[in-house]
Amino acid sequence: MAVMNNVDAVRETLHDALVNDDRTLIMGEDVGARGNVFLITKGFLEEFGPERIIDTPLAEASIVGVAIGMAMEGLRPIAEIQFADFIYPAFNQIVGEAAKTRYRSNGDYTCPLVIRTPYGGGVRGALSHSVSIEALFYHVPGLKILAPSTPADIKGLLTAAIEDPDPVLFLEHKKTYRSVKGEVPEGHYTIPIGKADIKKPGTHATVVSYGYNVHQALDAAQRLEKDGYSIEVIDLRSIRPMDKTTILASVGKTRKLLIIHEDNKFGGVGAEISAMVAEEAFFDLDAPIRRLCGPDVPAMGYALPLEEEFMISTDRMMRAMRELAEF
Amino acid sequence: MAKAMAQAGKLDRRGLTDEQLVAMLRNMLLQRQLDNRGFQLNRQGKIPFALGSEGHEAAQAGAAMAFVRGKDVLAPYYRDLGLVLGCGFTPLEMLNSMFARATDRSGGRQFPNHYTNKEMGLLSISSIIAAHCPHAVGVAYAFKYRKEAGRAVLCCTGEGATSEGEWHESLNFAAVHKLPVVFFVENNNYAISTPSTMQMNVEHVSDKASGYGMPGALVDGFDPIATYAAMKEAMDRARSGGGPTLVEAMVYRYLSHSTDDDDRTYRDRVAIEEARKNDPVPMFERRLLDAGVVDEARVKALKADVLRETNEATDTAEAFPLPQAADLYKNVYEGAFEPWQ
Amino acid sequence: MPTTITMPQLGETVTEGTVAQWLKKVGDTVEKYEPFVEVSTDKVNAEVPSPVSGTIREFIVKEGETVPTGAPIAIIDEIGAASVAAPAHTPSPSEQVADHARAVPSSYGAGGSMEAIRQGASEPVPGGNVGVPPASSNGSPSNGAYANGNGAAVTIPRGVSPAVRRLAREHNIDVTRVRGTGNNGRVTANDIVAASTAGPSAAAAVAISSDNAEYVARQSAPQTPASAPRPAPSGKASYANPILGETIPLTQARKIIAQRMVESKHTAPHAWTMIECDVTNVWKWRAKEKDAFERDYGVKLTLLPFFIRAVVESLGKFPLMNSRFTDEGILVNKDVNVGIAIGLETNLIVPVIRHADTLSIKGIALAAGALIEKARRGKLGADDLSAGTFTVNNTGANGSLMSAPIINGGQAGIITMETIVKRPVVTADDSFAIRSMMNICLSLDHRVVDGFVASGFLNDIRKRLESMTIGGSL
Repeated sequence: MAVMNNVDAVRETLHDALVNDDRTLIMGEDVGARGNVFLITKGFLEEFGPERIIDTPLAEASIVGVAIGMAMEGLRPIAEIQFADFIYPAFNQIVGEAAKTRYRSNGDYTCPLVIRTPYGGGVRGALSHSVSIEALFYHVPGLKILAPSTPADIKGLLTAAIEDPDPVLFLEHKKTYRSVKGEVPEGHYTIPIGKADIKKPGTHATVVSYGYNVHQALDAAQRLEKDGYSIEVIDLRSIRPMDKTTILASVGKTRKLLIIHEDNKFGGVGAEISAMVAEEAFFDLDAPIRRLCGPDVPAMGYALPLEEEFMISTDRMMRAMRELAEF
Repeated sequence: MAKAMAQAGKLDRRGLTDEQLVAMLRNMLLQRQLDNRGFQLNRQGKIPFALGSEGHEAAQAGAAMAFVRGKDVLAPYYRDLGLVLGCGFTPLEMLNSMFARATDRSGGRQFPNHYTNKEMGLLSISSIIAAHCPHAVGVAYAFKYRKEAGRAVLCCTGEGATSEGEWHESLNFAAVHKLPVVFFVENNNYAISTPSTMQMNVEHVSDKASGYGMPGALVDGFDPIATYAAMKEAMDRARSGGGPTLVEAMVYRYLSHSTDDDDRTYRDRVAIEEARKNDPVPMFERRLLDAGVVDEARVKALKADVLRETNEATDTAEAFPLPQAADLYKNVYEGAFEPWQ
Repeated sequence: MPTTITMPQLGETVTEGTVAQWLKKVGDTVEKYEPFVEVSTDKVNAEVPSPVSGTIREFIVKEGETVPTGAPIAIIDEIGAASVAAPAHTPSPSEQVADHARAVPSSYGAGGSMEAIRQGASEPVPGGNVGVPPASSNGSPSNGAYANGNGAAVTIPRGVSPAVRRLAREHNIDVTRVRGTGNNGRVTANDIVAASTAGPSAAAAVAISSDNAEYVARQSAPQTPASAPRPAPSGKASYANPILGETIPLTQARKIIAQRMVESKHTAPHAWTMIECDVTNVWKWRAKEKDAFERDYGVKLTLLPFFIRAVVESLGKFPLMNSRFTDEGILVNKDVNVGIAIGLETNLIVPVIRHADTLSIKGIALAAGALIEKARRGKLGADDLSAGTFTVNNTGANGSLMSAPIINGGQAGIITMETIVKRPVVTADDSFAIRSMMNICLSLDHRVVDGFVASGFLNDIRKRLESMTIGGSL
């Protein structure tokens, strides 16, 4: 087993995909000569050539749109949007076209496309290099949305996404790129899309989260162990489809649910989880469902106090977990 | 148009055989008949929506003649009824789609004129203008990537689509990567009610070609032979690795945008009546008669055959079942549609 | 045959149309698809083509008249019904393409299919079955069945969570009587679970009333769904309805009873003793008072309150019987809280009369009556079931002559009232008399109590009962 960080995990997975399947190619801004602004595709242009590692024009709609055409014609394109904040021009192609290709043609055409993009804040990225976008897209039938945050999960799920016959939006939290390390199994493996992972078992309360927040939640939960609180932390990994079974089993056990996500609270992923748990586990709940989420403002500011106010601190998580366990 | 009339008796057939010329005429007649049938069914209350293409017949018959079935891919827009027929789409499939039957290729999901047929190389499109253009470019990229010589993509739009960002991005991408795709613009001067003078500040879309670094061509869309010639040159260029071309055909839209539009609110009836004098269908018919390619009996037989085919397709399609409610849930993904698992 | 033509819907949001002009006259012939009427709506004006060929028989609507979409406007006598039989085989879309491509010669293109070009993985081709929309199958939509709630209406105090409500219902606990350990005194789910394990009887639990048949009948009446432990579905073995050869699943209550019984027997060395008691006078006294009592207080007067009165007085004289063994010493309880064992259909519970020593016979009767009523309605709270110091069991209600009960909850002893039997006895002056005789049995924790204390206790009770007479104060 090799130990690596999240950037390495993405790189290794993409590299394997290019080696193993001639139909695979990567396209986006600066993915070729520059090797991607986080050096994820470093060396790929030299190894695989410009037909397979395409430095596209600065035009997100066509990065995705052209990739859709390739996918409809039988290739396996992996499109990159340089920062999630830049994805909006491609919204029409993602939601209006990719998500509906199989549906509107009743299976005549399919769209096996992966769109990768770094998202999330806490890196002094300010207003346009820090947003979370999952809430905009997880609502859309026909898309799959993934947000793993450990190297092993990234490799397994990115492989699954590349091999999936339907369009997948693969979200990589940029703050975890180099700060999260872990063991990654050798060789080819996939993790089923739609399965969450209990990163830490517990009995007093359930925490559901994804992305960078998972690591903070684990840190908070470890520290609370000393005070006698046993908090279960679930890493969603997959936003659409989402793992109902794991969440309900956990809530059945602990009777208390805290959802943590960096994205804005109103209409965020936590809202759907809350609704589902209230519908299906009403009689298990010994406390109201709690959401600890980003504030309902457009983005985090460049100035440090503005960024810190937006990002959820580990201390805030600890407080929320403790309060819930005590309720 | 005047030029064509002056050449009565002397036909510049640009390499087309008699059979091909007749096929083009038949395509135009069939297009007109099916178009009309859509409106008839709508006025009878049998289908809720129809969209006509009268005035585009010559341009579409000519362009289709440059399309190689089994090799090329077609990315049409919703007014390309004649074009898809000329590339292999059948009247029965057309009527299946109008009646939204379960036997329709999209399972009754799509609006009429939003065709899909993978074997024919007909890309599935949505109603979003120009959204299919990047797809066409992607398909062309795949041809080049797999080194499949002799294949090209025919990407069609009206002139309104050329204002969309995605049309611009498509031409740009295709030109940068020298891809085997032809961008065919059927300029009928109206995007629903918006005249082309409010769509662009140049007279012709094809003027923009050099801005993208690709050849452009302007052609008389009332002349199917001229359109064919321009399209053949463009498609051959694409197939042989010469990259993309922008071809603009000037046509006319005699009808309103669709059955939900009434163009009397924004167009002058008198002008439309005048334009009818140049109706490309009777005009091409006249041209072939004058050149001796067909006689009156042949024309009459063609028209009767086209009507028969249309009636058969109508009756057959109408008898097919509608999709069932449970069909709504299929083909969201390859697997289950439910978002919670 | 005559065909009725209706007003078509010309436009998606249109709901009515006006006949602007009939283009034919009655009696004219008309061809299929030939326009025969001009219709106007607020969206479009249009000529409507005829759906059939025939002769115009009648115009139902006049020119200028407006009718709703779908209303009849004309009748045409159809010539030679051109019936279209449903095709015997409905071809799939790809079959249709093939059929028609073959049928219609064309000079377009090279006439091939894309299959020749494709290498590698092929995409699914819709085809195959007739009329069945193609491609991969998905399940029918799931509407996410709601998790089951038990539906019975129960008045719930504010601030009670769904989990607490459910658990309280399952364990027959009144939430308002449970002390909460959560924030601001909130009753938590764990509090309910803890409360449910307090106080089940160690003895074979039976009804309280000495009017045996009547009480037993009332006991076996079904509990309301909100209060009873969930009854087993029919066909499955349950404690109330065991089936031969079936394994009865353990309810929470039964698990706890089992646990408590084992614990009691393994902790306290049980010894046993009994006496017999002449209750003739008490019986007569009770018989005289019972009707008025029931009329005045709405509660049945049984022999039990008389018995308990004697017991609590004797506990005052023999405090060791009101104590418990601990490693630090024998804790002699200040309060006298008497638990009365009640047998429900599938459960034993022992509600407690607090400070029973301060109550008269009447007080005891009312307190016991209230507890029994609460038990029947499943309304006992944790306070009703806790803090007992001594337990009384009316085993005689089922005809028992002698019992060897299991001590309850770490107490020093448990006493039973056995059945009352009329016997011939030898009186003090050596003659015979028919007297109502009742056995009183006592199991005792031999760590705390020896035979000397136990017999003294029982004798004291007997003396008190035998000295009760008609005319005493209740």
